[in-house]
Amino acid sequence: MTATGRSDPAADPTGTLPPALRVEALEQLLTERGLIDPQVMDQVIDTYETQVGPMNGAKVVARAWTDPEYRARLLQDGTAAIAELGFSGPQGEHIVVVENTSEMHNVVVCTLCSCYPWPVLGLPPSWYKDPAYRARVVREPRTVLAEMGLELPESTRITVRDSSSEVRWFVLPQRPAGTEGLTEEQLAALVTRDAMVGVARVEAGPVEERVPAS
Amino acid sequence: MDLSDDLGGTPGWGRLQPPAPEEPVFAQPWYARTFAITLLTIGGISGRNLDSFRYTLARLDHDAYHRDGYYGRWLNASESMLVDSAILAPGAVEARARALRGERVPEPPAPEPARPDHTPAGPGSLRDIDTRPVFSPGQRVRALAEKPAGASRLPAYVRGHSGTVEALQPASVLPDTNAVFDGENPQHVYSVRFASRELWGADAEDFDLMIELFESYLEPA
Repeated sequence: MTATGRSDPAADPTGTLPPALRVEALEQLLTERGLIDPQVMDQVIDTYETQVGPMNGAKVVARAWTDPEYRARLLQDGTAAIAELGFSGPQGEHIVVVENTSEMHNVVVCTLCSCYPWPVLGLPPSWYKDPAYRARVVREPRTVLAEMGLELPESTRITVRDSSSEVRWFVLPQRPAGTEGLTEEQLAALVTRDAMVGVARVEAGPVEERVPAS
Repeated sequence: MDLSDDLGGTPGWGRLQPPAPEEPVFAQPWYARTFAITLLTIGGISGRNLDSFRYTLARLDHDAYHRDGYYGRWLNASESMLVDSAILAPGAVEARARALRGERVPEPPAPEPARPDHTPAGPGSLRDIDTRPVFSPGQRVRALAEKPAGASRLPAYVRGHSGTVEALQPASVLPDTNAVFDGENPQHVYSVRFASRELWGADAEDFDLMIELFESYLEPA
């Protein structure tokens, strides 16, 4: 065992140092040694705040809903079809797309850490990283989904996908009824992060009331 | 002993809440700094790889794993990897943090770096291998009853249980050895489907559990 952050009362007689202070100390030490550049850190943070997120996955879903040939390619080779729209990168080496239907519902978890398809969904939301989600969704998914607000009929079969290797799962949600007249862009605005992990449905919702993703 | 990361099926956790519709990518500034430092630490500063990072996370004790949440464990793992590679002295971060809040504490000198001697055979984790897959789709398999190695990605809740191979996935470097710089040893990876009642008993909800398992984690059922 090495380093701090482990429970050794003798090493920290005055109480635990807050993580914000420890990361500031770590950044300072690495910067002084020329090992890290705070501006490079800022760029990394900005990328994941503004460029990589569920708005990317929503574009993939909207394309699949409106272009049957794209949909077929997406289900055949997710990584390649997603790259067609310009999305690739860390945690996206091999993305497999599975379709949710009235009969079959897929929901994704990583019980061992929080593996997640970054290029299409960005960084995982807090519920995905919650130990309660990681522990329970592989044991009682119907109950967990109901607690999260998704009641599935008994006739819907559930498959839970535990992302234990480098395979990343991406859920193609069901297109809601009443959206036949919408454009691809309007459809993308309806698609939520939670639907692309399998803990929510996409709701038709009045498009004009939605703020377009910037 | 199971590691801190192996949460699948463990009891005692609370209810889930409906997800917040909008949530900032980084709810606190230190989450963002920790995220960036960790990516750059894995990416080169420590000379350690993604499997090593995951294994470092898994070996945190319960308190270090859970106390400050997701980015708290990332911070602890980053510091641990930097100490393991002798980029930082043990206690260096704590000493600097105390200095930052006005305490007069001696700071240990920077050690001579000792990064792992390790060159990946290629980018990422996927590899082409020429061995034929031992198992094929439709075949019944059983996950090993014993955890094979410290860094293995075989969760406790599937061990000893039987399922059906659903698909062959791209071959990938084996975390068991890659995490500790003992070779990439790429293997075939299988999506294996388990019936919920095989895993959790006759009273469990009826559903299927699909998980990716390395070839050496499986035996014919």
